[in-house]
Amino acid sequence: MNPADESRTAKALAQEIGEICSKTSGPLRFMEVCGTHTMAVHAAGLKSLFPDNLFLVSGPGCPVCVTEKRFIDEAMLIGQQHDACMATFGDLVRVPGSFGSLATFRSEGGTVRVVYSPMDAIDIAAAVSPRPVVFLGVGFETTIPTIAATLKTALARGTENLFVLPAFKTIHPPLRILAAKEDLHGFLLPGHVSAIIGSDSYEYLVRDFRKPGAVAGFEALDILLALRDLVRMAVDKSPAIINDYKRVVRSEGNPVARAVVDEVFEVSDASWRGLGLIPGSGLALKGPYARFDAAKSFPVEVPEAKDDPRCLCAAILTGAKTPDRCGLFGKECTPEDPVGPCMVSSEGTCAAYYKYGAA
Amino acid sequence: MCLAVPMKLIEITGKGTGKVDSGGVKTDVSLMMIPHARVGDYIIIHAGFGIEVLNPEEAEIRLDIFRELAAATARLEET
Ligand code: SF4
Ligand code: SF4
Repeated sequence: MNPADESRTAKALAQEIGEICSKTSGPLRFMEVCGTHTMAVHAAGLKSLFPDNLFLVSGPGCPVCVTEKRFIDEAMLIGQQHDACMATFGDLVRVPGSFGSLATFRSEGGTVRVVYSPMDAIDIAAAVSPRPVVFLGVGFETTIPTIAATLKTALARGTENLFVLPAFKTIHPPLRILAAKEDLHGFLLPGHVSAIIGSDSYEYLVRDFRKPGAVAGFEALDILLALRDLVRMAVDKSPAIINDYKRVVRSEGNPVARAVVDEVFEVSDASWRGLGLIPGSGLALKGPYARFDAAKSFPVEVPEAKDDPRCLCAAILTGAKTPDRCGLFGKECTPEDPVGPCMVSSEGTCAAYYKYGAA
Repeated sequence: MCLAVPMKLIEITGKGTGKVDSGGVKTDVSLMMIPHARVGDYIIIHAGFGIEVLNPEEAEIRLDIFRELAAATARLEET
């Protein structure tokens, strides 16, 4: 589509959204579960198109943002005490822990290798053998299969010095907690997580909570279309799960990817920044894969982590507050020198507000 | 972090591996999770793995919806 038609389409959708929202006087609050949506909404300036009673709040959909400080601390201690080489996705390098970030660890002589694919960690392990390589296992359903596939490959090849520090998270358990909140009227569901788990997997939002959900792609028009469907379902009180990203997401998701995950992991509990311990929201290595667990192979004593009490990341990740309410925002906390994870990740809510302003 | 981008599959290079092209840059990817991918498909790549095959019919349906909305707005603009 040419840019003129794109802007006409956006105008048509925004107008429709405005008309539907005008049928109700109360506020309509929807949560964009995914950090990539947060960034896209800000980058396209979509909030300026919304009627006054439509609010889009950010959710816990960034694996970096919901990772607890303790995880960074544990990784650094393993690196220091066991002379391990850290392998990680780039997003995690600058996330502050209690005693600095992985960037600090590197500047003090530690080894940190940024990977594009978790498979790169196998090559790194071969190159530094017998030194241990610890991959920082952060991610949601989109990323978890890629790590499961990597471990399958490592097991088949007999790679002995590769480990994973697991902090994997799954989206349904926190979504259930958030769906119970009365001031949230529906969910903009994450596109690439849904590509794995499928749009059918969200049916409980409707059945148990009477809340609508729309799976959305990542272009501005995808998001507007999904929002139009959400406001319509919320105002008409006809909740359903609509898949507005059918070009990528199947109703059944990707069963091949899920089978790889099931072979390597089993359900466990997990701690979320902002939400605390959520039963059944994490994944642990099982069977022959248990030997890859870095936490078990390299036990370290991790002191209790203290979050800066002034950082509002926890409230921001549950849609309760916006970054401009944080006293540190843009002053002590900037993308160059972040205090909380929401400012680090390129998809963090605070980073999005910082880069594009509140609109 | 769940960023994923569509790229064109240009070659199946082995069992569960392929080459994609994005604006002239060729990259090796794993096709382990999308065994049904065929050369010429656009596949969605995340962290070096194809996680899904783009459905061309659905992509076209989406464009049709948007074209119709744009045309309606254009008519309004003229009046
Ligand atoms: S900002 Fe980064 S870490 Fe936080 S939710 Fe978004 S992608 Fe994840
Ligand atoms: S601005 Fe910084 S300190 Fe404040 S909530 Fe966001 S990340 Fe935390």
